[in-house]
Amino acid sequence: MLRSRATVSLLLAAAAMSSIVACGDSESGDTTSASSTGSTSAGGSATTSDGSLATTAAAAQSAAECAEGKTLDDGRLVVATGSPAFPPYVMDDDPTSGKGFESAVAYAVAGEMGFDKESVEWTRSTFDQAIQPGAKNFDINLQQFSITPRRARNITFSAPYYASNQAVVGFEDSDAVGATSVSELRGLKFGAQSGTTSLGFIQDVIQPEQEAFVYNDNVGAKQALESNQIDAIVLDLPTAFFVTAVEIEGSTIIGQFPVDAGGQADEFGMVFEKDNPLVECVDLALGALRKNGTLEKITQRWMTGFADAPEIAVD
Amino acid sequence: MLIAAVSTIVVVVAIAVLVPMAPGWDRVERSFFAGDVFTDVFDDLLGAFWLDVKIFAWSAPTIVALALLIAMARGVRSPALFPLRLFAAVYTDVFRGVPVILTIYLIGFGVPGLGLPRPWNSPLLWGSVALVLAYSAYVAEVFRAGIESVHESQRAAARSLGMSSRQTMFSVVLPQAIRRVVPALMNDFISLQKDVALVSLIGPIELLRQAEVEKSLSGNFTPYVAAAVIFLAVTIPMTRLADYLLARERRRTGATAVA
Repeated sequence: MLRSRATVSLLLAAAAMSSIVACGDSESGDTTSASSTGSTSAGGSATTSDGSLATTAAAAQSAAECAEGKTLDDGRLVVATGSPAFPPYVMDDDPTSGKGFESAVAYAVAGEMGFDKESVEWTRSTFDQAIQPGAKNFDINLQQFSITPRRARNITFSAPYYASNQAVVGFEDSDAVGATSVSELRGLKFGAQSGTTSLGFIQDVIQPEQEAFVYNDNVGAKQALESNQIDAIVLDLPTAFFVTAVEIEGSTIIGQFPVDAGGQADEFGMVFEKDNPLVECVDLALGALRKNGTLEKITQRWMTGFADAPEIAVD
Repeated sequence: MLIAAVSTIVVVVAIAVLVPMAPGWDRVERSFFAGDVFTDVFDDLLGAFWLDVKIFAWSAPTIVALALLIAMARGVRSPALFPLRLFAAVYTDVFRGVPVILTIYLIGFGVPGLGLPRPWNSPLLWGSVALVLAYSAYVAEVFRAGIESVHESQRAAARSLGMSSRQTMFSVVLPQAIRRVVPALMNDFISLQKDVALVSLIGPIELLRQAEVEKSLSGNFTPYVAAAVIFLAVTIPMTRLADYLLARERRRTGATAVA
């Protein structure tokens, strides 16, 4: 048996599926869809929290109790963010500062679960590392992962901690400037960043006449904008603010879409190893933070000032 | 024959039985071989693959033509045409020396940046140009090897019959050279068939990018496996054809295979 295990390991290693871990039955049946809005929390796993019903104190206590022994290392919480992590989610690419929306949310959730600032450790991961099978090197991964029912079948999400909307970014002389409804945008050529839900938004909601282009990063999208290969890019609004202010000189937010454009809000959830029981505790913590107004306060602190961008109506 | 069959069966069965016994197999299976995701995305992937086919279809003949020109330029013997020779040598050195992916980035993003109007700034156009430039350098070397493999005595014979240097090249050298390098060329085209996907880096959504998009939308790697299946469906027949051509060439030239 031992030998065959070794053989298997070799075979799998050769197939570049490097991580093999002992794991329980991974239930791969359909789980509840995680697309709720408002304060009720519906995780991507079958375990839904009742955090929003509990009193703050009790919830806090139970989140802490709940989390005990469920992290990779007892007494330590490993949180993953992107590389690089960018504002307004993480300021100065330093998540340990607690500055930036996701950094602040992570520390608040950690606090609810009984981890003080020193017990929180940060690591970096890509989207692919977050969804690949096998052991993870993080307990929680938050980097603007949008919760979708399709993804929730394959990944375990926490309850949402932010509802974002999509925005159109282009140069100030773009044909798109001044558009107030989606129909005025249909003739444009759009670009999106790979791995985001923005491409789906372009295809499903804007439905442009020409197929969109996709870029690995904002640098590529910027170059395509400058070369007039595309007229505009679509991003989530907070990212759009960062991109227009810092990354793409001369660009502007042409407009933002209503939060529920396309039928449902683009909600961010934290990602866990599939069926990690810790998600329950995080949902409890998020419920408590929502209830006592902390989440709202953090959101106000880091995610405001976007409202000035003109609205684009969806028909 | 019997030994080969038995050993093949043993290996295949061993893999089929042992891999699923690995403790992490459930998750790997769900992440890479999810049947529902596969059927969900397959049609979209196939549609996106059509773009790869198109890029291949217009790039491959262009590559052959350009590569032949370069190979011949490298072979010119007139001293007055030395600059042409030098240019051909520098060209192959540069484009063989730079990774294809960089050539695509530099040309695909750089040239349209010059301010060309649509549709002349299309990433499809310049991505294809980059592929053609890169692959022509490789293919030119293959042609050059073919041209040099034609024995000098054949040229001498042609020239002694009164053929011009141009006639010698087109009627005597090239027909033999091209026939000899066809199997090697097939290799380069199999490789091109896959590298076509690199054009997606500068915008167009082809098979590889569509697979990436689907991966991101579903949070599952199965679309990559589906894309690999589609690539294999094209490249395996091409590989077999290359093998066949190679074997035929070997038979024709009288070389025998030694086990």
